[in-house]
Amino acid sequence: MKTFKIGGVHPAENKFSADQAIEVLELPKQVAIPIAQSLGAPSKAVVKKGDEVKVGQVIAKGEAFISSNIHSSVSGKVLKVDEIMDQSGYRRPAVIITVNGDEWDESIDRSEELKTDINLSKEDIIKRIHEMGIVGLGGATFPSHVKLMIPDGKKAEILIINGVECEPYLTADHRLMLEKADEMMIGIQILMKGLEVDKAIIGVENNKPDAIAHLKNLCAKYSGISIEALKVQYPQGGEKQLIDACLGRQVPSGKLPIEVGAVVNNVGTAFAVYEAVQKNKPLIERVVTITGKSLKQPGNYMVRIGTSVNELIEKAGGLPEDTAKVVSGGPMMGKALNAVDVPVVKGTSGILLFKEEEARRVEPTNCIRCAKCITVCPMGLEPILIAQYAENEMFENVENERAMDCIECGSCQYTCPAARPLLDYIRLGKFKVGQIIRNRSKK
Amino acid sequence: MNLLTVSGSPHVHGDNSTRKIMYGVIYAMIPALLVSIYFFGLGAIKVTLISVLACVFFEWLIQKYLIKGPSTIGDGSAIVTGILLAFNVPSNLPIWIIIIGALVSIGIAKMSFGGLGKNPFNPALVGRVFLLLSFPVQMTSWPKPSVLFDGIADAITGPTPLGHLKEELKGGRTVEDIMENGTKMIVDGQEVIYRLPDYMDQLLGNMGGSLGEVSAIALILGGIYMLFRKIITWEIPVTYIGSVVAMTGILWLIDPEMYVNPGFHLITGGLMLGVFFMATDMVSSPMSRKGQLIFGLGCGVLTVVIRVWGAYPEGASFAILIMNAFVPLINSGLKPKRFGEIAK
Amino acid sequence: MNDVIIYAVVSLSLIGAAAAIVLYFVAQKFKVIEDPKIDEVEEALPAANCGGCGFPGCRGFAEALVKSANEKQSIEGFNCPVGGNDTMAVSAAILGLVAEEKEPQIAVIRCSGSRENAPVKINYDGPATCAFAHNLSSGESGCPYGCLGCGDCVTACDFDAIYMDEITGLPVVKDNCVACGACVTACPRDIIELRNKGKKDRRIFVSCINEEKGGPAKKNCKVACIGCSKCFKICPFDAITMNNNLAYIDYEKCKLCRKCVVECPTSAIHELNFPPRKEKKEKPSSTKATDGKPAAKEVPKKEVKVTEGAKPAVEKPSSAKASEDKEESKETKKE
Repeated sequence: MKTFKIGGVHPAENKFSADQAIEVLELPKQVAIPIAQSLGAPSKAVVKKGDEVKVGQVIAKGEAFISSNIHSSVSGKVLKVDEIMDQSGYRRPAVIITVNGDEWDESIDRSEELKTDINLSKEDIIKRIHEMGIVGLGGATFPSHVKLMIPDGKKAEILIINGVECEPYLTADHRLMLEKADEMMIGIQILMKGLEVDKAIIGVENNKPDAIAHLKNLCAKYSGISIEALKVQYPQGGEKQLIDACLGRQVPSGKLPIEVGAVVNNVGTAFAVYEAVQKNKPLIERVVTITGKSLKQPGNYMVRIGTSVNELIEKAGGLPEDTAKVVSGGPMMGKALNAVDVPVVKGTSGILLFKEEEARRVEPTNCIRCAKCITVCPMGLEPILIAQYAENEMFENVENERAMDCIECGSCQYTCPAARPLLDYIRLGKFKVGQIIRNRSKK
Repeated sequence: MNLLTVSGSPHVHGDNSTRKIMYGVIYAMIPALLVSIYFFGLGAIKVTLISVLACVFFEWLIQKYLIKGPSTIGDGSAIVTGILLAFNVPSNLPIWIIIIGALVSIGIAKMSFGGLGKNPFNPALVGRVFLLLSFPVQMTSWPKPSVLFDGIADAITGPTPLGHLKEELKGGRTVEDIMENGTKMIVDGQEVIYRLPDYMDQLLGNMGGSLGEVSAIALILGGIYMLFRKIITWEIPVTYIGSVVAMTGILWLIDPEMYVNPGFHLITGGLMLGVFFMATDMVSSPMSRKGQLIFGLGCGVLTVVIRVWGAYPEGASFAILIMNAFVPLINSGLKPKRFGEIAK
Repeated sequence: MNDVIIYAVVSLSLIGAAAAIVLYFVAQKFKVIEDPKIDEVEEALPAANCGGCGFPGCRGFAEALVKSANEKQSIEGFNCPVGGNDTMAVSAAILGLVAEEKEPQIAVIRCSGSRENAPVKINYDGPATCAFAHNLSSGESGCPYGCLGCGDCVTACDFDAIYMDEITGLPVVKDNCVACGACVTACPRDIIELRNKGKKDRRIFVSCINEEKGGPAKKNCKVACIGCSKCFKICPFDAITMNNNLAYIDYEKCKLCRKCVVECPTSAIHELNFPPRKEKKEKPSSTKATDGKPAAKEVPKKEVKVTEGAKPAVEKPSSAKASEDKEESKETKKE
């Protein structure tokens, strides 16, 4: 069974919600839709206080090349355009809408019917994906249309679909692959057309045998798509690791996957692409896993963007008394939230509740130079060295040790016997090195 | 509701801990300890106990009054150092010498560099070499192995096989002659013939030597346990043993009269102890795989060089200490294979 | 016997002489010609090597000074914050120039988000580095502009002139601050500013850099600047500017009239080292203003604690007094 070559760990999977079918979360009373939800330039709000909006209406436009549109996920009245606290813990501009009914934009096809024929041309597909505000739903929220525009001189050979979901606890992609496989497959074909490639591989870890079997059955119907069952290993869902696992090619340092002829997209993105291209539906909702050891009903929900995390928790049985940490995303790379009244955004793949004893970190002790962090680093770096340089503010050395290659998967800190905050310091180092590099290019 | 905790990812931690690693090493040393108790009796228990207690005490003392930090004796590293130090000395060593050894190990080799993880040299080895240089008589009068409790105050001392062989080879005899005919010796006014122990005895540990180094089998068992628990990696043991076999094998093939065969080298002396417990010490060995391969190779070559041509019959401790000194160089020179780097 | 001695003496002398000759020529060849003034100037500098002047160490500063003096006949723009005017005057005299007088400065902490004023809303669990905490989230108080309390400024200080107050969780600048600016660079949130020391060490400044609107700012911190512009309107010297909901007092223009201090509804404007106000009814607001700092409020609270704590009667006054003393010294030293 294939997997990536360097490093990797295997944290306890804890996928409590794997058997819970995706439920549609009822409409909230109010949504707060941050207007900067993707990587790249922030979008500009195009609605103002008092405007009536419909579901699917553009409320913020991304004008730069790397940016994306934001659509209203509900119908109702714009209460205000103001700064609210988002998942980063900082206050950022958002459009706050009071929900009134559920009136959709006429152009959106809301029928359940499966549309298999792809009528749009390559250019139109890319344009549509841009208009509909599709971004990478794996977590990095990179605008998807940019990925489809291959730079001059490069050629895409293969599309890799990321159904790995290597993060423990999360099951959103798993459920999507089981329940929306047909739509996803058509989405993949649309992406293939947009990229002008005739091959696509769906990488799935073999801890999801039902999904693998289901997709394998469907493969016969859709030409050019194959399934690759991968050995369970974190961080297989990392773009570079997945390419290595599926194709055996390693993307060189500082380069994009297109360098080795591959483009990677998430299964969630493929589904969103289907809805955008075939049904004209913008990215206004996504599947979110809500889980935690003491949560009453862990589950997977189809959630409108902008819904408060709090409502999701209420739906899953309420915030348990012993909750001491709320994480947006997976336990390895997710972000700890400052508060629960923050909106779900395009990149939110899961909400994770930790109990008191899980929330606190182990007290760090001296590094014993066991080199376990080096063994597990999927990028072949020396985390302890980078962390120590960063701790001692030797940022030139941090750069020389190729800290910028770090994908922040957290394997090093996960495995460290001395419980050292390695990734924290590497992040700090990367941040400072980023500043140094920017200053350098300014000169 | 509690205040929410905010920290950077990852939010989960594996079940590794320094404590677990150190106790794993201690478990791995139990077979060798049992064998030495069997052969050396209460002396082995006494030496080990005192060494461990002294190491833990000195670590506590220094941490509390000199470094003024939280106590670190709970992590078990001082116990490991204590047992390893005991393993490296004869079982009839006077108590005060052991305590001096523990002070050197913990005080000079470990805590003066800042405690666990900061020491460039293996603390137990530094203690051992210090004692060897300072108290050569006491450190090289090995008690003869006698089956359990067969006289604790056994004053009869015998040479180690390696020491004996080296001595006699210097005297101009051939390996075959020494092995076949033994050596006439005068012990307690009586003439006896000393023979080198046969291979079975060497494997089991029925020979003269330091407390923990005698039984190759028990040490290999411990080593396999540590490999299984992923406390150590295969690189250093394999290259270390491999290079010792290769080098002594070549010498043996060239002149079996002058050089003893590789098997003898492997199971006598402190080689196995060094291979599995000293050279693989996380703190003082290189971090990258390539570095570990070089480290093991260097240890093996130096061990043979010292054993065959050096002044001491035993070379593992010196070899490992010398290679420890090269570790920073190895670490900065040999980096792990980076992702996306084209293999040469 | 004698021969041996003679040979030895002669040969050694010859070797010595030969080596001396070689050394002499080598020394001549590789002689580094350096302006002797550099040494003299370096002598005059405080040898703190803090880098506050922008050069690597005092030697680097001396070299730069001499170079500038030789090339441009001026040392304008150079300043040793540690030595101050005296040192600059001496250095300038060595170089035959006159140094410009500069107001002595001191680091000022522009945040009052103590644990009491800006209560903790989350637990931060990570390395005690402001730089990292700043990137991770808005901080324990929730204020995205406020002090994170991890003490990067304390680590950066070479002069032991800044410390973290245990009770408030805020850094406090001591009088021996030399305004080298190390803490200013270290602070990821640019809370620390170098301001003129002022006459008799009297200073007035806005102890907040929050640019949020009044509502959210107040939500996180009682003593935040809410951008109400009251101080801006009352200032007779145009020393106060309003920018992004935040007042800023220009220390060059401020005449220390203290009108704004009274005016501020959230006590975000601090005055330092002024004699207590005598006047009339203004008392409540004035006391509030003079010890607008969280530290002062702690005094009565702490005393209560001591009395409540069922401690032996003998100990009570002494410990209460000690805490009082502590508060007092903080009062004078605190920025």
